[in-house]
Amino acid sequence: MAFLELEHLRKFYGENEVVKDFNLHVEQGEFISFLGPSGCGKTTTLRMVAGFETPTEGVIRIDGRDVSRLRPNARDIGMVFQAYALFPNMTVARNVGFGMKVARRPKAEIEARVAEMLRLIGLPDLGERYPFQLSGGQQQRVALARALAARPKVLLLDEPLSALDAKIRVSLREEIRAIQKSLGITTIYVTHDQEEALSMSDRIVVMNAGVAEQIGDPFAIYGRPATRFVANFVGQLNTLRARLVDPAAGTVDLGGQPVTLGRPIPGPAGREVSLAIRPEAVALGALPGNDVTIEAPVREMNFLGSVIRIKAGLGAELVSLDLFNNAATRPPEVGATVPISFAAADVLVIED
Amino acid sequence: MKGNRFWAWSALIFGLIYFALPLIGMTEFSFRMRRGEYSFDAYRVVLADPNFRATFSYSVTLAVLTIILSVCLTVPTAYWVRLRMPRWRPVIEFVTLLPLVVPPIVIVFGYIRLYNTSSLLPLTGTITGTNALLVAGYTVLSLPYMYRAVDTGLRAIDVQTLTEAAQSLGAGWFTIMTRIILPNVLVAVLSGAFLTFAIVIGEFVLAALLNRPAFGPYMQLIGANRAYEPAALAVISFGITWACMGLIQLVTRFSQATRASR
Amino acid sequence: MSARPAAPAKASISLAWVGLLPFALFAFLFLILPTMFIVVGAFRTPEGAFTLANVRGLFTPSILAAFWISIRVSFWSALIGCLIGFAMAAAITVGRLPNGARSPLLTFSGVASNFAGVPLAFAFLATLGRVGLVTILLREWFGINLYATGFNLLSFAGLTLTYLFFQIPLMILIVTPALDGLRREWSEAAQILGATRFQYWRMVALPILWPTLLGTLALLFANSFGAVATAYALTGSSLSIVPILLYAQIRGDVLGDPHLGYALAFGMIFVTGVANAIYMWMRARSEKWIR
Repeated sequence: MAFLELEHLRKFYGENEVVKDFNLHVEQGEFISFLGPSGCGKTTTLRMVAGFETPTEGVIRIDGRDVSRLRPNARDIGMVFQAYALFPNMTVARNVGFGMKVARRPKAEIEARVAEMLRLIGLPDLGERYPFQLSGGQQQRVALARALAARPKVLLLDEPLSALDAKIRVSLREEIRAIQKSLGITTIYVTHDQEEALSMSDRIVVMNAGVAEQIGDPFAIYGRPATRFVANFVGQLNTLRARLVDPAAGTVDLGGQPVTLGRPIPGPAGREVSLAIRPEAVALGALPGNDVTIEAPVREMNFLGSVIRIKAGLGAELVSLDLFNNAATRPPEVGATVPISFAAADVLVIED
Repeated sequence: MKGNRFWAWSALIFGLIYFALPLIGMTEFSFRMRRGEYSFDAYRVVLADPNFRATFSYSVTLAVLTIILSVCLTVPTAYWVRLRMPRWRPVIEFVTLLPLVVPPIVIVFGYIRLYNTSSLLPLTGTITGTNALLVAGYTVLSLPYMYRAVDTGLRAIDVQTLTEAAQSLGAGWFTIMTRIILPNVLVAVLSGAFLTFAIVIGEFVLAALLNRPAFGPYMQLIGANRAYEPAALAVISFGITWACMGLIQLVTRFSQATRASR
Repeated sequence: MSARPAAPAKASISLAWVGLLPFALFAFLFLILPTMFIVVGAFRTPEGAFTLANVRGLFTPSILAAFWISIRVSFWSALIGCLIGFAMAAAITVGRLPNGARSPLLTFSGVASNFAGVPLAFAFLATLGRVGLVTILLREWFGINLYATGFNLLSFAGLTLTYLFFQIPLMILIVTPALDGLRREWSEAAQILGATRFQYWRMVALPILWPTLLGTLALLFANSFGAVATAYALTGSSLSIVPILLYAQIRGDVLGDPHLGYALAFGMIFVTGVANAIYMWMRARSEKWIR
């Protein structure tokens, strides 16, 4: 039995079904991300776990206990909100101790726990400050400490970094992950930022239009996207139309050049198939291990600093590939025809 | 959550009953003049009274003068404070809020003693002087609302940039004031103006103590001597107040609509 | 706001205060000077010498009683106005009522908070006076003789009840934006940390609203303490509250001593001033968390 179980969750707002038959089992100590565009139902799902929304159908169990109809304050959950959810009228210490105070814990225990939590988030000396005296990053760390102080069974984070600067976002997400691991707390993290989801999670749930499109570890999500939506939403992706030539050998016609993937592709010969490949899987020139090499004209070139992104023509379509910037070698000219190569195993066949 | 909503409804309904009863009461009473049946007699009597017309138009005139004076004082001042003297803002704000703390009767008491016939500025000696003093007093009463409204209106526009842009095009202060600042805070000014109008129209203590024939003292006089006419007057002034507030809403909504369509 | 070019700023500083001159002159002549004149007059003999006799003259039973009833009416109408106004504002903001309730109530509050003075007195006389609608209906439908129960509109209770008609809406107008400023996250964070609704209100929402509530209480107090017209039109001179006493004194020198009038007016400023000082003191104490 999993620690946190969401079974057949559905949520209607009037006629509008915003979460459709959502199923998820989370193991104790696991870090799960809900990733998806805004309006995909990820926040609604999280709020159902928290108890701010009531599921129209389905069951939520924490540690074997059905909490679906419990009030939020009886669920034993910690939550970090987008931003500015600290109580402005309380010091940092009183914010962190709030959960234990309403639970009527002894004063000494609260003080000890608050000090411990402030050390954990690296702000041991700021207990007497008020929220307005803290930076955004510090405020969110305090919010994390507040959520964890009463030792909840589950931690929920609702886009906690989205209001912060890019640099603080990166350092804080590493810190959150480290704290989560050290405490071993079961965590659900909602984000629309794929980089956050990929870098922090044990498993990712990619959501779209109320449906969990794919559930898997970051490598699976990135490397083997199950649907076109996942493929497009997570990472950069070249999607190419090709015509199936030999279903058994997996040979397709890609912009007039035959390419053999070496694994069977279902369907009759002559049907159109969608292929996808990550820009970083495509190389300029032949490379050992890349078993497919084709000639393509350079159509565009974008200098992105450490990386140069080249767009090469394949028939009517463009394929992007990334080239690490190297001062010693000049990139090819626009218009020149160059050999590009990739491994057949890296090509994904996407079913529409 | 259900209990929550129950309390919300109870609070609202309790309040509505409290507010509705006097309004129903005064309306019903105003129709009772003719024995045994409801009629508009009280209104007919009131409206036919020449004193009603005289005092009412007197108060309207004073209200308009008050609004003009109030706008001329608050708009340039609020603008100037935002543009050049931001450090003085708390002081000015404090002064404009004083009329909420110092009771009007005290202020008018000061007027009577300060500007009597034997003083340096014998305003109460002449009718024109007394009228001027009354307008000044009403302007003081309107300050908290007017200044707040104008200052809020100015906050919404970038005074600094607008002024510099106008100056770079060769505009003088008068042009900046009338062509740039005033149109931009017009909604705020109008809101303040209607509120001022509502306050001045029924004001009693200043007019009574300065002995001017305004609408407020007239109503008080009727109230002391008649039975049904006061209720009719109350309905009329409630209507005026409602109209003023309605106009504020209308102006605000209209400006939001035009802003949205831009 | 920040660094402006030094040269033009310097050139304009010498002239900048001129822009404030009309306002300053007006405020001085028609607000500050008259008030000062009264305050100073309260401490002067008719010959112009300093004295405490005028203020001491306030400490007669009848004047003290007038102050006491004024303070009581103002305090209770402010406090009850705050409570009911707060409840109604909470009902339309955080009370999950249908959206249609909010806008009409706010508009009505704008009207009712300005529907004060003489006509308000008429409305209450027509409702709760001896032949008022409610008085008659109570008698005819329920057989209750309101005035036999000791109720009198021309009394402390009646005046408080009447003042509430503008106090409650004023509270609604002031506190609604403050209630709107309560973030949903605060209530949700409190809930998920285990707090009940009551604990949330006691530990989070009310402390956050506290400065606004205190300020409104002080404002409502001053608002009814200085009100003359309503009381005068309602009771004539039969109810002796301070503003009416002062009104009668100004009209006809009923106290027989013009300088006692100054002292009376000074007493009014003093009371509203103290109310505001208490407000500022409590606000400063509670407001460390505001930037």
